[in-house]
Amino acid sequence: MSTLSVIEKWVEVRSKVLDLGCGNGNILSELQKTKDVIGLGVEIEEKNIEECLLQNINVIEQNIDDGLINFSNDSFDVVILSQTIQVLKNPNTALGEITRIGKTCIVTIPNFGHWRSRLSLLFNGRMPVTSPLPESWHATPNIHLCTLKDFEMLCSELLITIEERVTVNSNNENKWYLNIWPNLFSASAIYKISK
Amino acid sequence: MDNKISSVGKVQTQSFESKETLILESGDQLESLEMIFETYGNLNPERTNAILVCHALSGNHHSAGYYEDPDERKGWWDSLIGPGKAIDTDKYFVVSPNNLGGCHGTTGPTSIDPKTQEIYGPDFPMVTVSDWVNCQALLADHLGIKVWHSVIGGSLGGMQALNWSITYPDRIRKAIVIAAAPKLSAQNIAFNEVARQAIITDSDYQDGYYLKAGKSPKRGLRLARMVGHITYLSDEAMRDKFGRELKEDKLNFGYGAEFEVESYLRYQGDVFSESFDANTYLLMTKLLDYFDPADKCDGSLVKAFEPIKAQVMVVSFTSDWRFSPERSKEISDALLEANKNVSYLEIESTHGHDSFLFSEDRYVRAIKAFLGSGQ
Repeated sequence: MSTLSVIEKWVEVRSKVLDLGCGNGNILSELQKTKDVIGLGVEIEEKNIEECLLQNINVIEQNIDDGLINFSNDSFDVVILSQTIQVLKNPNTALGEITRIGKTCIVTIPNFGHWRSRLSLLFNGRMPVTSPLPESWHATPNIHLCTLKDFEMLCSELLITIEERVTVNSNNENKWYLNIWPNLFSASAIYKISK
Repeated sequence: MDNKISSVGKVQTQSFESKETLILESGDQLESLEMIFETYGNLNPERTNAILVCHALSGNHHSAGYYEDPDERKGWWDSLIGPGKAIDTDKYFVVSPNNLGGCHGTTGPTSIDPKTQEIYGPDFPMVTVSDWVNCQALLADHLGIKVWHSVIGGSLGGMQALNWSITYPDRIRKAIVIAAAPKLSAQNIAFNEVARQAIITDSDYQDGYYLKAGKSPKRGLRLARMVGHITYLSDEAMRDKFGRELKEDKLNFGYGAEFEVESYLRYQGDVFSESFDANTYLLMTKLLDYFDPADKCDGSLVKAFEPIKAQVMVVSFTSDWRFSPERSKEISDALLEANKNVSYLEIESTHGHDSFLFSEDRYVRAIKAFLGSGQ
């Protein structure tokens, strides 16, 4: 099962979905097709915003780091924060905000505890550069990388409930062996959380 | 980009007359209406590709192309309207009217009042953005356009687009609201008031009956335009364009136009005062001051937006301080809160409020994408 199909499974038909850091709008576009959702994206990259407009996806140009006060409490059924939390200045504020805005939230994170990252640091003695995280330490937009454990601890500190978790390997597949040691074998995780 | 060379070419002004009594928002009535407009491109047989372009303060119906000579000054939005341009006349049928109270042919202060057979002058009734939109709806009826594909405008034009989506939710599919505000701030009104005072206190204004007296308050109009023009540009744009450049190499220690910026403003003021009617200018600044759709809904913009069905794209420019991005955000946020289909873009540009007139690449592509999607 891929990340997108997990998200699809967790989103109800015709629900109102906010995708923060929506990129080119591919998740919303898919959800509009398969789940007939009412979608809205938030994005800062010009190119991505244009792609959203081309796909007829409503998109707001807004920096998540500047706050989300313009979105009112429980105004969306689902808030998605996909592969975005690691580029934010204040991940904890963002988690508080998305659980305020969305009845449920879906967060996907790259797992820095993945064995490739661990081995790379252990043997090369340098910050890992892997295919899911390809930039070197000084050039990466990913300023707040974490492991699955780190993320789960932050959620518990913020009194956020993790309702479900699915992990995937670097090919974006959910395989049985990931469950042996998720924090070592998973490249990414998809969380369903709420407050 | 071929964008810049392609043009709708030679255009002609058309006119439409309505003999029905027009009841204005103020309660005043107009017995008949003549409206001047231009169209570019072709209306498709289904009549689904019509775009209404709304002009701003001091604008008119001539938004693209030229009348006689290809080298003459083109329509005010020629950068955006034309074959292959942001508002693509190969795809869309563009309608561009001169609004009620204007001075370029549409019924306004320079027209003859049928009751008195004299020029209206200052006796022309005060009109509002809603009145403008209602007249545009009459024009749409006349052209057989039931539903606009889109209504687009910058500044005061954006306010008309917004008003369209509120007043005629079933007659508009998309709205592009550019460099606008949900209402004027005290500072905005203050600048308008300076402009009005400049005109009214000109001794040639003659209480508004200057045409009858064979005069024209050109000094006032010129000053009004100069003040207005400063608010259309950004500090940065003025610095880039003029800096402290002198017309001659040395200071003359006098009050002539020594700095380039002085000479530019004087020129702009001169041109404008020769071509625009003072009463129309007064009327249009007042119409701007009055615009406030939330006022009828207990001050709630969210409530005012309730009827909207159109997909709205709100566009602002970073260097615009007349209607700053924050003002556009107010519109976009209220639309979000009202659960409407809204997109918001903040475009990097140095041209200040005037940015909406330029064909900045990102701006052009965004308009094209928004207009073209989800046919």
